[in-house]
Amino acid sequence: MNREKEVLKIEHISKGFDQLNVLDDISLTVHEGEIIVIVGPSGCGKSTLLRCLNGLEAVDDGHVYLGEETVNPSVKNITRIRERIGMVFQSYDLFPHKTILENVTLAPMKVQKRKRAEVNEEAKKLLERVGLSAKMSQYPRQLSGGQKQRAAIVRALIMHPEVLLFDEVTAALDPEMVREVLDVMLDLARQNRTMLIVTHEMAFARAIADRVIFLDGGHIVEDSDPGEFFTLPKTDRARKFLNTFTFDTVNKEI
Amino acid sequence: MGFEVLFKGTNFIRLLEGLGVALRISMISVGISIVLGMILGTLMSLKNPVITVLSRIYLEIVHIMPQMVLLFIVFFGFSKVMGINIPAEASAIIVFSFWGTAEMGDLVRGCLISIPMIQYESSYALGMRRSKTYLYVIIPQIIRRLIPLSINLITRMIKTTSLIMMIGIVEVLKAGQQIIEANRRTSPHVAFGVFATVFLLYFLVCWPISQLSKYLEKRWS
Ligand SMILES: Nc1ncnc2c1ncn2[C@@H]1O[C@H](COP(=O)(O)OP(=O)(O)OP(=O)(O)O)[C@@H](O)[C@H]1O
Ligand SMILES: [Mg+2]
Repeated sequence: MNREKEVLKIEHISKGFDQLNVLDDISLTVHEGEIIVIVGPSGCGKSTLLRCLNGLEAVDDGHVYLGEETVNPSVKNITRIRERIGMVFQSYDLFPHKTILENVTLAPMKVQKRKRAEVNEEAKKLLERVGLSAKMSQYPRQLSGGQKQRAAIVRALIMHPEVLLFDEVTAALDPEMVREVLDVMLDLARQNRTMLIVTHEMAFARAIADRVIFLDGGHIVEDSDPGEFFTLPKTDRARKFLNTFTFDTVNKEI
Repeated sequence: MGFEVLFKGTNFIRLLEGLGVALRISMISVGISIVLGMILGTLMSLKNPVITVLSRIYLEIVHIMPQMVLLFIVFFGFSKVMGINIPAEASAIIVFSFWGTAEMGDLVRGCLISIPMIQYESSYALGMRRSKTYLYVIIPQIIRRLIPLSINLITRMIKTTSLIMMIGIVEVLKAGQQIIEANRRTSPHVAFGVFATVFLLYFLVCWPISQLSKYLEKRWS
């Protein structure tokens, strides 16, 4: 692994919907093995940013590069590029008509044209690692939310992506299932994966991040290391944002 | 009970022939409706304003007009007004396809828009191109939803074919009536026996179809 190697390069991108300017001149470079956590208030454009990175959304201005390649929905080799970027979404997005194993093996076989036997073997290994061996031949509807998200992570991993994008993957889960999914991501961190993670789990963000990006009003307001960001944020906006996660003791009137 | 009449001469064969006519007309109409309905449903899901208005009008006509009226218009009306003589069976197929295409189109549109956007996007995110996304992700889901619904439509079409005797086609109900007319004097209970048999024949055709749909629904839900 080469910490100097630039995996993703985001240069001055802007993106708007109708009148609304969602991303305004964002630049960011992601190095190999780096884990960047993106936080910010609801609607500040975190999902839009991730979606621009794998070409689900087109940027209005600026460029996104994966290695040497330009990422944009309209480039001819966009599917090739997307193979190299894994993405896991907030909603459970497994294919409901396929078993867990089939969900995981579909893209490697149909997109990468890998052999079924080899793909099955790797899928089983990966599913076992996230504790889903027993669920392989079940359908998504038979799984809990946390199990579905773990399967969705495996489905992205089996493509051997160079970078993984996580968009609030625990936000739709019941509280008792959040942990099992975060543990899988911590395990990925130990494997030195390159990851961009959008999350509202602040304790998790602090534990996993190499860098924290605070996004607000379409700008990167802070880009700091987690220790600094969570104890001494540089800006008032970040301080206000972090305060929304803490509660003061209630002083009852007598 | 009147069942003995069925074993006289060719009576039972005539009933079966009538059933054959009804099935032939409904199967051809179902085939046409499925193909055209898929096209119509896909077009309707595109949300093009012109297509939306036109298809709305078409669906309304089909919903408002009794099939019998449509049959009369095509069979009698066209020949009177335009001098085109459309044979009875062809008229029946035209009317049933006109009706079935509307219903099928509506079903297909409903299934298409019920597939959430995230299904497409998570497939794209895996590097699947549009054609593969449709082939492996979207269409299989649509078919699973569509089959039970369209089987329901097929059984309704089979049952509605009894209307075509109104334009002179001898289908199973008409054949039954003819047998009753001819035997009323000799066997007073003929009506019961014949209608019970007709009921049984419809049942034998439609029941397995609806069982199949129930089975598929269970397996895929
Ligand atoms: N396809 C779209 N069309 C129009 N507006 C959109 C579209 N997608 C997002 N937006 C708007 O862009 C803004 C940013 O949305 P985005 O989903 O990126 O925010 P977010 O930071 O991910 O929010 P959350 O924390 O709630 O997930 C929001 O105001 C949203 O309403
Ligand atoms: Mg979001």
